[in-house]
Amino acid sequence: MGQMTTILQPDHAMIPGVNEPAKSRAARRVRGLSDRTIAWLFVAPTITLLLAINIFPLIWMIRLSFTSLNLSMSYLPLRFVGLDNFRDILTDEDVWFRLQTTAQFVISSVALQVVVGFGLALLINRQFRGHSFWTTIILLPMMLSPAVVGNFWTLLLQPQIGPFNYLISLFTGVPPSSFSMTGQVSLAPWTIVLVDTWMWAPYVMLICLAGLRSIPDYIYEAAEVDRASPWRQFWSITLPMTVPFLMLAVLFRAIENFKMFDMVNLLTSGGPGSTTELVSITLKRAAFEKWRTGYSSALAIILFVTVFGAANIYVKALNKVKQR
Amino acid sequence: MTAAVAKSTAHSIVEASPRTKAFAGTLVILYALITILPLLWIVATAFKSQSDAIAYPPKVIFEPTLEGYVNLFTVRTRQTPDFIAKLPAPETWYDKLVRKHDMVIAGPSKVVPRFVNSLIIGFGSTFLAVFLGTLAAYAFSRFRIPLADDLLFFILSTRMMPPVAVAIPIYLMYRQLNLTDTRLGMILLYTAVNVSLAVWLLKGFIDEIPREYEEAALVDGYTRLQALRKVVLPQAVTGIAATAIFCLIFSWNEYAFAVLLTSGEAQTMPPFIPFIIGEGGQDWPAVAAATTLFVVPIVMFTVLLRKHLLRGITFGAVRK
Repeated sequence: MGQMTTILQPDHAMIPGVNEPAKSRAARRVRGLSDRTIAWLFVAPTITLLLAINIFPLIWMIRLSFTSLNLSMSYLPLRFVGLDNFRDILTDEDVWFRLQTTAQFVISSVALQVVVGFGLALLINRQFRGHSFWTTIILLPMMLSPAVVGNFWTLLLQPQIGPFNYLISLFTGVPPSSFSMTGQVSLAPWTIVLVDTWMWAPYVMLICLAGLRSIPDYIYEAAEVDRASPWRQFWSITLPMTVPFLMLAVLFRAIENFKMFDMVNLLTSGGPGSTTELVSITLKRAAFEKWRTGYSSALAIILFVTVFGAANIYVKALNKVKQR
Repeated sequence: MTAAVAKSTAHSIVEASPRTKAFAGTLVILYALITILPLLWIVATAFKSQSDAIAYPPKVIFEPTLEGYVNLFTVRTRQTPDFIAKLPAPETWYDKLVRKHDMVIAGPSKVVPRFVNSLIIGFGSTFLAVFLGTLAAYAFSRFRIPLADDLLFFILSTRMMPPVAVAIPIYLMYRQLNLTDTRLGMILLYTAVNVSLAVWLLKGFIDEIPREYEEAALVDGYTRLQALRKVVLPQAVTGIAATAIFCLIFSWNEYAFAVLLTSGEAQTMPPFIPFIIGEGGQDWPAVAAATTLFVVPIVMFTVLLRKHLLRGITFGAVRK
């Protein structure tokens, strides 16, 4: 795993001094461009593009985070305010509250997706007839645009006309117009978890399936010979051997959910009140509605460092598990 | 379980019994049906009239109409009944549909240009990302590049930033370069986002092609580039195609950058669809029609990509 430093000073890492592995006779007889030149030429465009579109703006953003720049008052001269933005953010109770909202969303949705996804993977792994067709059907939601998903769930969850409320009332007898999945403080956080799970549980399922299929049959055969109960087999073989895969799924989903913006923005726009306002929505409002560029840059950096640090720690743990 | 039983059922020891299979199958099919229901509802809504779309209780059986699609592709104006009476009789089927509601088609809506934007930006960024990604992946796979792991991780880490955060400096930079709301700006941005996926995926695919083929070609007097073109690329074609589809799906679906950095000229479908407003709020049949048209290619791609899906969504970290 690379360090933060390589991200900030990537230029020293760009000189490929090619050491040909195992100098074969073939490699020595190569004509045309030398391998070193080719390696250079092939990697340079990608790195250049990433520097231009990712790293240069990032460095610019770091600089701006120490200023009081506000785009709606951009006629003011650029004023450096030191760490004021960071202080404002870290002492702002609202920001902490948004982080808490985000953490709750990430934890509950990832947990639910892991349970549903792993359960589905166990069932599909039984290889019943037609399982690949049904698996493909289940995978569809995660290939859709989150924007489109957020938008059409808005229709499905309409309290007056939506089929969702209608079905709930059919089964429970609660009048369908008496509750609103996206408009009630008690329900809205669960709604985004529900929609996110509908969309992404298949993702966890797919990774778990790969894990289950990586377990060699002979282990189970040995367990059968030893008369281990199915329950015992699950706890001592299936689960331990899929844990690294599960952890990977959790990593990918947690990063994605921490960044979540599109689906929630269209489904609830952070409402009602601010019950579903995730940090990315706070960030969008600060940057593209209030135009507080300096402040939002600082917030963006805090978020990035958080994700990056957490991901690093997590990957180390994951590697430990893998080596066991 | 004795050997005789094992033989008679012709199952291996670890294969599930037929009863277990039936049970598992039933549960999975049930889940699949619940999953697909919202999608089917949207496809159905696209063929409803305005009043059927917002009827209570929700209508499962309805008279199908193409009103939603007509509303999606046209801009209409409401006219007085006197004015309508003076007009010549409507000729085309879509004129008739609109006339029913005392309206007249005033012109085409913006949906076609938005679709074209999605296509141009999607294919443009996919082509660039796959082209650059193939070169970089080949270099990472075949040559020893110092700090290769760090570089690869750096390439991956560019995906960890929340898009809203990346959009702040990009917005400022594009304002300076006059790239806001241009297709070129969006193509460059999506290429940068896609290239990380492309490099990781393609490196995995190229790693699987044995080096011996190239070595043999080099012995035969090919240059590196010829060996790449005539030996490696033909074998990597499936991988390149799968990678391209993943990049295309990303650009096709992307919403955050699109909504923050485009407003008209280069706006793609995802930010456009939610704002198809009819009279009195959202024109649900038209929105559903747009969604249906937008989702059809994705469904086809998903079926095509089944084999590579796992690799694509985990950056090649997990392989079947």
